Amino acid sequence: MDLTELYQSVILENNRRPRNFRKLPTANRIAAGNNPVCGDEITVYVQIEGDRIADISFQGAGCAISQASASVMTQRLKGRTLEEAEALFARFKEIVTQGKPDEEDLDLSAFAGVHQFPARIKCATLGWHAAINALHGESVTATTE
Amino acid sequence: MKPPADAPVPDWAALRADFPILDQTVHGRPLVYLDNAATTQKPRAVIEALVRYYEHDNANVHRGVHELSYRATTAYEAARARAAQFIHAAVPEEIIFTRGTTEGLNLIAYTFTSRIKPGDAILVTEMEHHSNLVPWQLLARRTGAKLLFVPVTGDDGLLDLSGLDALLARNVKIFAFPHISNSLGTINPALELCACARRHGVITVVDAAQSAGHLPIDVQALGCDFLAFSGHKMAGPTGIGVLYGRQALLEAMDPFQGGGEMIASVQFEQSTWNKVPHKFEAGTPDIAGAVGLHAAMDYLDAIGRPAIAAHDGQLARDAFARLARVPGIRLFGPAGERGGLVSFGLAGAHAHDVVTFADREGIALRGGHHCTQPLWRKLGITATTRASFYLYNTAAEVDRLAEVIDQAAKFFGG
Repeated sequence: MDLTELYQSVILENNRRPRNFRKLPTANRIAAGNNPVCGDEITVYVQIEGDRIADISFQGAGCAISQASASVMTQRLKGRTLEEAEALFARFKEIVTQGKPDEEDLDLSAFAGVHQFPARIKCATLGWHAAINALHGESVTATTE
Repeated sequence: MKPPADAPVPDWAALRADFPILDQTVHGRPLVYLDNAATTQKPRAVIEALVRYYEHDNANVHRGVHELSYRATTAYEAARARAAQFIHAAVPEEIIFTRGTTEGLNLIAYTFTSRIKPGDAILVTEMEHHSNLVPWQLLARRTGAKLLFVPVTGDDGLLDLSGLDALLARNVKIFAFPHISNSLGTINPALELCACARRHGVITVVDAAQSAGHLPIDVQALGCDFLAFSGHKMAGPTGIGVLYGRQALLEAMDPFQGGGEMIASVQFEQSTWNKVPHKFEAGTPDIAGAVGLHAAMDYLDAIGRPAIAAHDGQLARDAFARLARVPGIRLFGPAGERGGLVSFGLAGAHAHDVVTFADREGIALRGGHHCTQPLWRKLGITATTRASFYLYNTAAEVDRLAEVIDQAAKFFGG
């Protein structure tokens, strides 16, 4: 496959200019994630109001896949309920593990090429794991191992 | 490291043909294998030695009295004698076969437990591979000893030796350091470090994982107490390595693992130990691995380690100079004399993305922390990309590397 199938323009662009890449002073849930294999680190900040994600941001260092995935994730999770967030993560996992793009979700589908690089699936899901942990109020560090 | 002026120049292109694995394409491109610091490829001579051993001589060693056992024992002990000669050990009994460098270092750290007291110190450097750091952390935890560190100066990857005497005077019992840094390429002044430690009566442990297959090593001239290396990083098979130890020290040390082979006499309540080196080789060893390592040592010395070091050191210096022109690159390790590897960060492109990019071009690199996490944390970078060279790599491959890294910088940096 061509390398641009893995590194779609959505990924390259979100890696160069990650969205919501900052600390969130109003956060009431924070969770970290790390990938001990490559040293990728991420911290996800969530401000929950009622059962909704009022605001979400992240900081970290890692490969383009992990950074872009977290960037896209923050854009998609803002305003969602916990239940919706989990459904979205389930859909995202299907995309990156099976390579089936979702016609209605072009941003998440940009990560479909990841399934051909099994070692990189962990990179794509790192931020999501941390976010789900944060939503559950677990102050544990998500790890891909 | 320069070969003698009158030494014949090896025919590098012909030597490359000794490595069957190199003749293949990866993702439609000719394989450029630059991950030699992780493991090197094996020449046909080593592969054939393994096959020959299994097809003709395979048996268990030492206890048997039948013909095959005799042959296997002879081959295994011949490999030990060859390893002693390879690093100029005084006698073959100073050679312990291990699974690799990591096991050798753990063997020392474990068996020294009874000899280290609270308040003692163990000195290592900030550029240790985790395998020459974690065993000492564990020893410190078991004994209440302190860990001290020789600092690294910065991106140029040199040891700051200005405070070495003062550090060694702080009740240090063991000083462990890498001969060549696996992540910086620095060749440390092993002779000077050992001499300095000796003046303080400190035991020295040299991690020679990155040097044994590249530089000539003379443990007696170095004056080190222990030196460990791996077969698979020097054209030999995986699963076999060597720990050298001064005989008097080995005699005085406790055993490592218990089992067959390492005992003289066993009763229900207690046992007495076999003599050195068998005391440290419990269980059936990697006999085939030792045979393969023997073939690898013969192969390397037929070429000459000074010539190999000159060849891959030159490739690394050329790569360093070529890569320095890539926009946004941050190179690590000394600019001049260095071991056969180059490690770098690229602004806007994470190491794993660079490695994936290069892989699609047929180039095998390594990206990540290279098992030296504390060092990168100090230098303020989480991961680097590493290209490491060996005797079969070529100047054309360095050109290809520089070209592809330049493309990667543009692709990710935009």
